[in-house]
Amino acid sequence: MFDLQILIVFMIICSVVAVETKDLLSAVISIGATGLGLSVCFLLLQAPDLAIVQLVVEILVLVILIRGTVNRDGIDYRRRLWLPLIVSGVFIALFLVCVYYLINELPRFSYPIMKISKTYIADGFKQTGTANTVVAILLNYRLFDTFAGVTVFFASVIGVLTVMRKIGSKK
Amino acid sequence: MIEEPKTGMNIIVKTVTRLTTGLILLFGIYIVFHGHILSEGGFAGGVVIALSFIHLMLAYGREIVLKKMSEKVSELLGNIGAVIFIIIAVLGLFTGGYLFFDFFGKGKPFNLFSAGLMPLYNIAISLIVGAGLFTVFVTLVFFRSEKK
Repeated sequence: MFDLQILIVFMIICSVVAVETKDLLSAVISIGATGLGLSVCFLLLQAPDLAIVQLVVEILVLVILIRGTVNRDGIDYRRRLWLPLIVSGVFIALFLVCVYYLINELPRFSYPIMKISKTYIADGFKQTGTANTVVAILLNYRLFDTFAGVTVFFASVIGVLTVMRKIGSKK
Repeated sequence: MIEEPKTGMNIIVKTVTRLTTGLILLFGIYIVFHGHILSEGGFAGGVVIALSFIHLMLAYGREIVLKKMSEKVSELLGNIGAVIFIIIAVLGLFTGGYLFFDFFGKGKPFNLFSAGLMPLYNIAISLIVGAGLFTVFVTLVFFRSEKK
């Protein structure tokens, strides 16, 4: 688990660089480095399908960010706005207090050891007919979650098309 | 001599793109169709399919790709994927009594056509994700830079 901690420290450093740097291109590339570290983390935790999805989506997001935002952006990032900073600080403090009381209510980490996943591993092949347990969970046991995820994705695409439309926009 | 093209990148990038784009598209389709056997799914396959078109668009410029796959067609493909997903879900309601009922039977394991409705769900998800991401890329990157 030592390599995983090195990767996590690397990801934290990249995120801080992405937030604090003045150059926009450096920020975008730091975000890409963070995603790559996350992908390797998934691979080390033995989740290859998540790693592949993370890597592919990271490539696409990096291309969109570089082509879409870097060359045209007139916001001066050096000027600090104090009111949003204070408001976000207050909200983060409130969130942390709520989380502190919530965590005491939760059951201990991995306490009922593999109660549901035992059933999936034992009966998944018989009940669904696929050898791939991850897909069996995604597309059979938890299909409503997948349906909701696809719905959210579709709504986000329609939202982008609505914001960026040409017909009916003021400018 | 080959004349210098007007849009896109230089000749090296274009040649490599011409050789690799079809393979990337084929790999995406392979991932989608084998999603229930290998450790992949419709989401990763859809993103790879969208990436092949984006690769072509970055190398060759916008017009050539929009002639093959315009943003209207891409939007339509995404909507068709969503409609397929919902139609399969509701067909289960009529045949079995509840949503997402698997009315195909399991088939022989490890075959391409097996595991009930999972390949169809994978195809629908890949259509939604690939077409949606391609449309978002075209709208965000190219339509914004136009002066109208």
